[in-house]
Amino acid sequence: MSNVELLPLGPDGVLVRFADALSDPANRAALAFRAHIDAAEISGVVETATSLTSVFVRFRPDTTRRAVLEEALRGLLEGRDWAHAALPDGRKRWHIPAFFEGAAAPDLDAVAAQIGCDPDAAIVELCATPVRVLALGFAPGQPYLGFLPAAWNIPRRTEVTPEVPRGAVVVAVRQVIPFANPAPTGWWQIGQTAFRCYDPTAEPALPLRAGDEVQFQEVTATEWTRLQAAKRGGAEAEVLP
Amino acid sequence: MTLHIEQAGPLVSLQDAGRPGGLGSGLSRGGAADRHGYLDACALAGAPFGAAAIEMAGFGGRFRFTDRCRFALAGARMRATLDGAPLLWNASHWAEPGAVLSIGGAEDGVYGYLLPGHGVDADLELGGRGYHRIAGLGRALAAGDRLAIFPAADTAPVFLPDQSPATGPLRVMPGPQTELFDETTRARFEATPFTRSTRANRQGVRLDQTGAAFASGGQLSRVSDFIAEGDIQMTGDGTPYVLLADCQTMGGYPRIGTVIPADVPRLAQALPGDEIRFAFLSVEEAEALWQPDEAYLRAAAARCKPRLRDPREIDDLLSYELIGKPLDD
Repeated sequence: MSNVELLPLGPDGVLVRFADALSDPANRAALAFRAHIDAAEISGVVETATSLTSVFVRFRPDTTRRAVLEEALRGLLEGRDWAHAALPDGRKRWHIPAFFEGAAAPDLDAVAAQIGCDPDAAIVELCATPVRVLALGFAPGQPYLGFLPAAWNIPRRTEVTPEVPRGAVVVAVRQVIPFANPAPTGWWQIGQTAFRCYDPTAEPALPLRAGDEVQFQEVTATEWTRLQAAKRGGAEAEVLP
Repeated sequence: MTLHIEQAGPLVSLQDAGRPGGLGSGLSRGGAADRHGYLDACALAGAPFGAAAIEMAGFGGRFRFTDRCRFALAGARMRATLDGAPLLWNASHWAEPGAVLSIGGAEDGVYGYLLPGHGVDADLELGGRGYHRIAGLGRALAAGDRLAIFPAADTAPVFLPDQSPATGPLRVMPGPQTELFDETTRARFEATPFTRSTRANRQGVRLDQTGAAFASGGQLSRVSDFIAEGDIQMTGDGTPYVLLADCQTMGGYPRIGTVIPADVPRLAQALPGDEIRFAFLSVEEAEALWQPDEAYLRAAAARCKPRLRDPREIDDLLSYELIGKPLDD
């Protein structure tokens, strides 16, 4: 990945962009490089964050200068193949229960038809695939999860759904998202979870971090009813080795 | 100490310095739409940086104080009275127990600020007290709300002398996608008089213009990436849309540049129909103009003057003998 670019984003920000298009190597590079920056504890850096393919570094221009920071970042970039770097330590794997029937899955049949399998097989495949938090965005704590198998590279809908409920599990372009809030979307809703991307009653209130893994678990209608009141909607996490 | 909201305009909310540091969690900073107006209110109130103020977009409301309370008014000028007596804007005042503060329509901007005491004592949520609609944090204020207030020190009211308003184009620094727009397009962008559209909110301001769309190369193929307050997006039809405090954290529209933080308040306060122009400066120039909020607040506090002798507030000014008359006239 030789075409890494350092670009200005506001007078107090540097964007380290690994690619213009989403790919697994570019996302892994962003996750690994952000962890590397954090570990380096560069003077004047006040915030780091990853998007799908970039790392954002916010600094205090009254503490350091852009030119100095960029030189430090170039130094950190050197000597490693970031596209093949190991993912950062301390990542978690989340098991998130979800219900994939009836009113919770209005678009499941349409999605299955595009994938070319029956609805049950689609859900089995979804739940068998560990996906990674590629980035958090759109709403606090809301993950873009990828990548699903190639057959799931289905386009967004041509018409926007005016509102899907909080917890809607939506898919498109090999990604899956549990929605943080009721919102309009052009993605396809195939399930629903009681897991909250932002839960002010839990600690931490924003449970997911970019790089974490997520695996959905199909639950029955009875379990789905019970999970409404469960802590974190029944989701559990383990630290990955 | 409580402030009762007896009546509120539709876009009245608590706002503060926002919630910095949440970009990686999908949370934009938010906070006051006009950061300078908000910090002016903090300076006038003698309140700490980050105090929660009441932001009023377009129209204020009617507020009743249960106790003696100092309060500050700043940002866009709004018609304000305390128990019927007109109040100076960009100033602090004392209200007596039971006093009713009425704040009407904005006159020279969009966002006005009322900062009672040392700020509203609301629960912190993700490190802030402000309403961030798209993030699902907080809510708009409405009639019937009762707000607890941090008491202010018992000090004399002050005012901020008028400064000559900033003029000239809004300053724009290059961003990650400026190069997607060719030199001709960027030159035309700088030469174009835009008009502030009626379509604007805390997420952003749309700009109208009569010329050709501002197109970039590779408009639809780019992956979504970080966006920032002040970014000038060119939406699908090539119309500029400038992002404000409550913007998303990531977006896919190409952006021609970023309005520097020092000039974002001017854009936030622009009224529908106002002419907006842009001029590029270099990244180095933008960095040199960067100022921490704390420095702005200190400078505003240093500009505050005691209010007692301000002639604009003396109702019967003409009855004063302003210039001594020669006896032998």
